[in-house]
Amino acid sequence: MQAFIAIYLREMHLLRRRFKRVLAAMAVSPLLYLLTFGLALGGGMTVDGVDYLHFLLPGLAAMASMTQSFALASEINLARFYSGVCEEIQASPAGPLPYVLGETAAGVTRAVMAVVLILLLGLLFGVRIYPGGWFWLAILLNAAAFASLAVGLAMVIKSHADQALLGNFVITPMAFLGGTFFPMDALPEWLRTPLMLLPLSHASRAVRAAALGGVPDPVGLLILLAFAVACFAFAVYAVGLARD
Amino acid sequence: MDMMVSLQAAVKQYGAVRALDGLDLSVREGELFALLGPNGAGKTTAIRILTGLTRLTGGTASIAGMDVTRHPVEAKSLCGLAPQSVNLDGELTLRQNLDFHGRLYRMPAADRTRRAAELLDYVELADRADHPVKTLSGGMKRRLMLARALLHQPRLVFLDEPTVGLDPAIRRRVWHLIKKIRRDGVTVVLTTHYIEEAEFLADRVGFLNAGKLATEGTPRDLIERLGQWAVDRLDDDDIQTSYFPDRDAANIFLAAQPGEATLRRVNLEDAFLALTGRRVG
Repeated sequence: MQAFIAIYLREMHLLRRRFKRVLAAMAVSPLLYLLTFGLALGGGMTVDGVDYLHFLLPGLAAMASMTQSFALASEINLARFYSGVCEEIQASPAGPLPYVLGETAAGVTRAVMAVVLILLLGLLFGVRIYPGGWFWLAILLNAAAFASLAVGLAMVIKSHADQALLGNFVITPMAFLGGTFFPMDALPEWLRTPLMLLPLSHASRAVRAAALGGVPDPVGLLILLAFAVACFAFAVYAVGLARD
Repeated sequence: MDMMVSLQAAVKQYGAVRALDGLDLSVREGELFALLGPNGAGKTTAIRILTGLTRLTGGTASIAGMDVTRHPVEAKSLCGLAPQSVNLDGELTLRQNLDFHGRLYRMPAADRTRRAAELLDYVELADRADHPVKTLSGGMKRRLMLARALLHQPRLVFLDEPTVGLDPAIRRRVWHLIKKIRRDGVTVVLTTHYIEEAEFLADRVGFLNAGKLATEGTPRDLIERLGQWAVDRLDDDDIQTSYFPDRDAANIFLAAQPGEATLRRVNLEDAFLALTGRRVG
């Protein structure tokens, strides 16, 4: 428990030192998406029975919970390849489990901050959604899954340069194909089926359903839960192996 | 005296490179043992294995009788480590760095606070406690790393090249800190390629060459195996050294030299060179 708190508090100290910069960075992408896709392209358009801004905002929240929790990988990378702090942790009696728990909790915290920011930005655009229990459950599951994935992948890669590749090959395709900007049902069957394998597809659906006052599909939530558990197990395994 | 560190037939293979090649090494509780060797001799690899940062390819490693592979948590709890590269968190303050470390070693809050204050005082950094680490000089960071390695009151500390890159005055200051650690009863294993560091600090020295222990002994023993005095003479652009048990014999030899020659005391570098054919630095 002490080691988990140590890891989590360290990330929070770092976050606090860069709070304004991090917050500003978290606001840029959703603001641009709201302006370009929400107002310029989708203004006046109706999707799934709601205006496009109301459709888009929950998708952006789901996407932010993925990108911001996954951004943790960069911090871990710095700790592993530059500051060397990862070695201090590895040389201590703290095992992989508290390390992964602490980092995942830090990733989830970042994701929650980003989602709150998006909800506030939405208010500026006149978009009011319902962030109830189901909404936050889907956000937390998605954030936990991608934060764990970030920890695991950060342990597997061999250099800081590989970090950018992870973003290009994992996060960017998922952000655009995971139902953030369009309804998955609008896609042809041959494309929709593989895309439903992506965790963000289920997160977007669940968050959107909850945000618009409905109840998410329990199967989608279970898939998210399974993905989060698998990513967490992978992260613990990868941290255990990350010795040369 | 109990054995604190033991490596038996330790092998570490990195692809085609054999960093440790059947290393046997023992360090007794309470002693200050220096591993001396040139770059690439396997010093850091040996420490990384003992601290659980690197896996063994073959052989065994143990701390206080506990196998580091089978009982990593227990073995790590007994050790402190100040690695060769500074691995402090530059964004955090000195106090926050120490608190982070204390939590990793499951120290209660009151102990963390008390020990951090004591050790910052010990390494003369108390006045910088709430400054970010990135504002410290290289020497200050080294001293903070020593404090951090001692925070959880380990029975054994590993200091990997603790003075590398420091200027001579700061290096002396760090040496005195290491002497103080040793006097407090902590077993110290340090690696160095500074001859004078090993001579000044170590109770025993091990010569590491190409992943193997070439020999070990007290600095005095290792030196006296060659003699007390050395005469260096220039011979065909190469320095030839002769060793003598006493100064008189060395002076007679020196007087008989037709060319340039100098008299000096034998040091550990001579012992290392004589044994391995390589220089340490």
